[in-house]
Amino acid sequence: MARNFGLMAAAVCALAFAAHAQQDKSVIDEIEKYRAALGDGNPAELWEARGEDLWKQARGPKKASLEKCDIGLGPGVVKGAYTVLPKYFGDTDKVEDLESRLVTCMVTLQGFTREEVVKDPFGGPGKKSDLEALVAYITGSSRGMKMNVAGTHPKEREAYEIGQKIFFHRGGPHDFACSTCHGDDNLRIRLQDLPNLSKVADAQRAYTTWPAYRVSQGELRSFQWRLYDCFRQQRFPELVYTSPASIALTMYLAKSANGGTYNAPAIKR
Amino acid sequence: MADPMKIRATMSGDKVEVKVLMSHEMETGQRKDAKGATIPAWFIQNVTATCNGKTVLSAEWGPAVAKNPYMSFKFAGGKPGDKVAVTWVDNKGDKRTDEATIS
Ligand code: HEC
Repeated sequence: MARNFGLMAAAVCALAFAAHAQQDKSVIDEIEKYRAALGDGNPAELWEARGEDLWKQARGPKKASLEKCDIGLGPGVVKGAYTVLPKYFGDTDKVEDLESRLVTCMVTLQGFTREEVVKDPFGGPGKKSDLEALVAYITGSSRGMKMNVAGTHPKEREAYEIGQKIFFHRGGPHDFACSTCHGDDNLRIRLQDLPNLSKVADAQRAYTTWPAYRVSQGELRSFQWRLYDCFRQQRFPELVYTSPASIALTMYLAKSANGGTYNAPAIKR
Repeated sequence: MADPMKIRATMSGDKVEVKVLMSHEMETGQRKDAKGATIPAWFIQNVTATCNGKTVLSAEWGPAVAKNPYMSFKFAGGKPGDKVAVTWVDNKGDKRTDEATIS
């Protein structure tokens, strides 16, 4: 019975989406103009500047900078590194995304404890997130380059498959999956277009424009935040920061975006 | 201490185009926190820009300006290599000055 209710709710929602999709396309064009107007002077640059500083500063008990951190293309290589993530790293024997890799380096190179590092993964009123700043700096150094996630190592393949499974897995009080909101063309919630992430063009457009400065929040948001917030919208349990599930989903979406030109930190409403 | 501004100053025809991003909360004084207490107003009140020490812009701001403000303006009389400095002062008396070279 409970399950039937869930299905009903999903069906009703699908109808509501379809009706919205009929709305005047010009609304979407107007929002695009708004985004373009905001793009000149994107406050994300403030995060990029702070992140570059954090990357180069000697910090933590070991008084080390992150400049020896291998985030995918070898120790200290920042340019282009984001385009190959997530990726398998031999030293941790894990597939890692940018954020989990930064946590790894802040622990191993700088001597912070994991708890200290992940205390404020996302900025909010009165608190700044070092991780979001570092993410802004590193992703910004891949701007203009093509997404090129290998996904060939057995653990990378496993992560991709798990990510794909999660994407289509329905559950929770509304029986939603990611694909409920992101698996069809022309869906929309309120004024937000929902990308069809199972299609290459949409997956590329979405993935290559994160992280982003969210004007409505006055914060730069990372990809881990994006997934965290969609878990919330899906009424799923809270997504644990840099958890294997979050990295698997990132692997699935990043690989689907291969070939797309990376263009972030972007700006979103 | 406030984070640095990002300032770009480039020639645009015979004028200098300046683009400035500032890191500031710009709290209006109208909002309430989770406990219902008013969040005190905290915003940039004065902005000045100089070119080689000479004032080219002076502005009074209020709480209606958005968080992390972006300001863009043009002025005449500058040339490549000149130094543009921007200063803001907020209603708590906190201030910040940063500089860029015209290119
Ligand atoms: C209830 C509907 C809903 C569900 C379920 C949902 N999302 Fe979303 N998602 C949204 C909305 C709405 C946005 C756009 C938010 C905005 O613009 O404010 C979004 C945005 C995104 C974006 C960024 C798109 C872009 O172009 O900026 C990604 C990536 C994403 N979701 C992934 C996921 C994943 C992965 C899942 C499953 C864990 C998921 N979403 C589940 C509603 C949903």
